[in-house]
Amino acid sequence: MGSTNGIAVENVTKRFGDFVALEDVSIEVPDGGLTALLGPSGSGKSTLLRVIAGLERPDAGRVVISGEDTTAVRVQDRNVGFVFQHYAAFKHMTVFDNIAFGLRIRGQGNGTIRERVRRLIELVHLQGFDRRYPNQLSGGQRQRMALARALAVEPRVLLLDEPFGALDAKVRNELRIWLRRLHDEVHVTTIFVTHDQEEAMDVAEQIVVMNDGKVEQSGGPRDLYENPASEFVMSFVGPAHKLGEAWVRPHDVEVRHEPNGQTIEAMVDRVVHLGFEVRVELTLPDGEHFSVQLTRDQVEELELVERQIVYVRPRETRVFQLS
Amino acid sequence: MSEADARVMRGRAARRDPFHQGNSRGANRLTLSRFSLRGVALLYLLVLLVAPVALIFFKTFEDGLGPPLEAITSPDGLHAFWLTIVCVGIAVPLNTLFGVITAIVLVRHKFRGKGLLNSVIDLPFAISPVVIGLALILIYGRDGWFGGTLEDLGVQVIFSVPGMVLATIFVSLPFVVREVMPVLQEIGTDQEQAAETLGASPWQTFWRVTLPAIRWGVAYGVVLATARALGEFGAVSVVSGKISGETETLPLFVENEYTNFNLAGAYAAAIVLAMLALAVLLSMNLLRRNPEVDEGAALFDPAGTNLEKEA
Repeated sequence: MGSTNGIAVENVTKRFGDFVALEDVSIEVPDGGLTALLGPSGSGKSTLLRVIAGLERPDAGRVVISGEDTTAVRVQDRNVGFVFQHYAAFKHMTVFDNIAFGLRIRGQGNGTIRERVRRLIELVHLQGFDRRYPNQLSGGQRQRMALARALAVEPRVLLLDEPFGALDAKVRNELRIWLRRLHDEVHVTTIFVTHDQEEAMDVAEQIVVMNDGKVEQSGGPRDLYENPASEFVMSFVGPAHKLGEAWVRPHDVEVRHEPNGQTIEAMVDRVVHLGFEVRVELTLPDGEHFSVQLTRDQVEELELVERQIVYVRPRETRVFQLS
Repeated sequence: MSEADARVMRGRAARRDPFHQGNSRGANRLTLSRFSLRGVALLYLLVLLVAPVALIFFKTFEDGLGPPLEAITSPDGLHAFWLTIVCVGIAVPLNTLFGVITAIVLVRHKFRGKGLLNSVIDLPFAISPVVIGLALILIYGRDGWFGGTLEDLGVQVIFSVPGMVLATIFVSLPFVVREVMPVLQEIGTDQEQAAETLGASPWQTFWRVTLPAIRWGVAYGVVLATARALGEFGAVSVVSGKISGETETLPLFVENEYTNFNLAGAYAAAIVLAMLALAVLLSMNLLRRNPEVDEGAALFDPAGTNLEKEA
C-alpha cells in the first residue's frame, strides 16, 4: 500500500475469556475509502474497530495503517480519529476546548489552534456554539462536535463506532447524508460500524459484513445485495425469504391469477400500501408466511383483495451450500 | 408552591370531602395539616439542633467578650487550635491523594481481593473511634508491634502528635474514596479513551479529563473528611494522653476546660470549632454551584478563559 493511508487488518484474532470476539479476520480498506462494518450485535464489528484504533490489543494478527505495522503502537501514537456512539464529549469543556483538545496535547500555538478550530466548527456547522458546554447541545450537535474533535488532529484514519446509534431516526438520516458529503470534502480513510444495513448501503462505498467474529463477505453495496455469498448475507443485507431450499427477494416474485405449472398457490392475507410500493402478505399451503413487494400499478392491475387465492412464482432464487 | 397549585390542591381536598359543599373548611384543614407538619419539622430542628448551639453562644458571651477571648488566646488554647490545624492539614491531603488513587484502582482495575479491599475501606465507619484508638496503641504503644522499635529510634507515636495524626487519618479515610467511586463509575471510560485516541498520555488524560470529571466528588469528599477530622474526639483522645499545651486538639481542649469547670473557655473553644465546621459546610454549598449542571451559568463563562490560561 506504500505511503497511502489505507488500512489492512491481517488474520486478527481477539478473545475475551472464552468468548471469541474475532476469529482470523482480514480486511482491507483503500486509501480515502468509506467502509462500513455491518453486522448484528455480538458479531465483533466494534471489537474490530477498537483493535484498529489500538483500544484493544489483538491476541494474534497484524494491523497495518499507511503501510506501517501498528499492532504494537500505543493508541496515543497511532494518530487515528475515533468517534464513540455516546459522543464521549468532555463535559467540563466548551465546544471550542473539546475540539482544541488534541491540538493542545500536541503543543500547537494559540493562533494555530484558534484558526483550526474555527475552520472545523464551520465544517461541522456549529458556528456560534463554540462557548457552549456539551449538555447545552442536542445529540446530533454533540456528535458533530465529537467528529470535529477527532478530525482536528488530522488523523490518518477516521473510525466511527455506531456514530448515529443513539440518535432519533430523523437526525440519523440527516447526519448520514451529511457524513457522506463531509467525506467527499475531507477524504480521510473512514471506517464506521453499524448494525443498520440501510445505513451501511446509504453511506458506504464498501461494506464488510460480519457475523460470529468472522467476515462473511465484503464488497460494494450493490454487489452484496445482488451476489450474496452466504445465507447470512442474503438475509441480513436487504429483505429475503426462504422458500424450501431457495432464497428469494420479495421483489423477485411474480403474482398471477392462474397457475402455470411453475407456480405455488398462496392466499392473500393483507395488502399494505406504502406509497409507490405495496407489500402483499401471503400464506403458503404449508402455513408459512411470505411477503411480496409490488408496485401500486401492478396491484391495481391484479385487483388483489384479502383472502383471495393467487399463484406465485419466484423469478430469481438462490441456493447456498451449507458451510 | 404557586397560587395556582394551592388552588388546585384546595379544589382536590374539597372534592374528596363529600359532606362539605363549601370548600373553605376542607381548605382550612389542608392548610392546618400542612402547617402542623412544618411545625413538627421545625420544632424537631429547634430542640435538637438550634437550641444547643444557640445556648453555647449565649453562655459564652454571658459575661462579655473578656473571659472567652482570654480562654482561647491562652497558650493552651492557641496550641490546641494549632494542633487541630496540623492534624487536619496532614490527614486530609493524604486521604485525598490516596483516596483518589484507591477509588481509581477499585473502579477501573480488576484484581483478586478487590471485594475485600472495598469492604476494608469502610472499617473506620464501622468501628467505634475508641476502639481505633486502642488498636493504634496496640501497634505503636510501648509494648506494641512497632512501638518499641520506633521508640529506640527516638520516635514516640502514642501520647504524642504522630499518633494523633494517625488516628485522624484513620477516621477520615473513607470519605474521598466513597465520594469519588460512584462518580468514576458514572463517567465511564469513554472520555478517557477519547483523550487517548487524541494523543493524550495517561498522565495528561488524568489531569485534563479524569480529574476535572471527578472534581466535585473529590471536593465533597474533602469537605466531609475535613469536618470529620476537625471534630474527631474518641480516637484522638485515646492516643493523645491529653497533655495540655502538648497533645490537645480543640475537641480535647473543650472537654478539658469543661471538666476543670472553666466553662467560658470550653464554650469559647466550642464556638471556634463550630465556626470552622460551619466554614467547611459553607464552602461545600459554594462548590455545589456546578457550571456543567447549571445550564445558565455556563453562558457566563467565556470560552476564551481556558485558552488564555494555557498560553
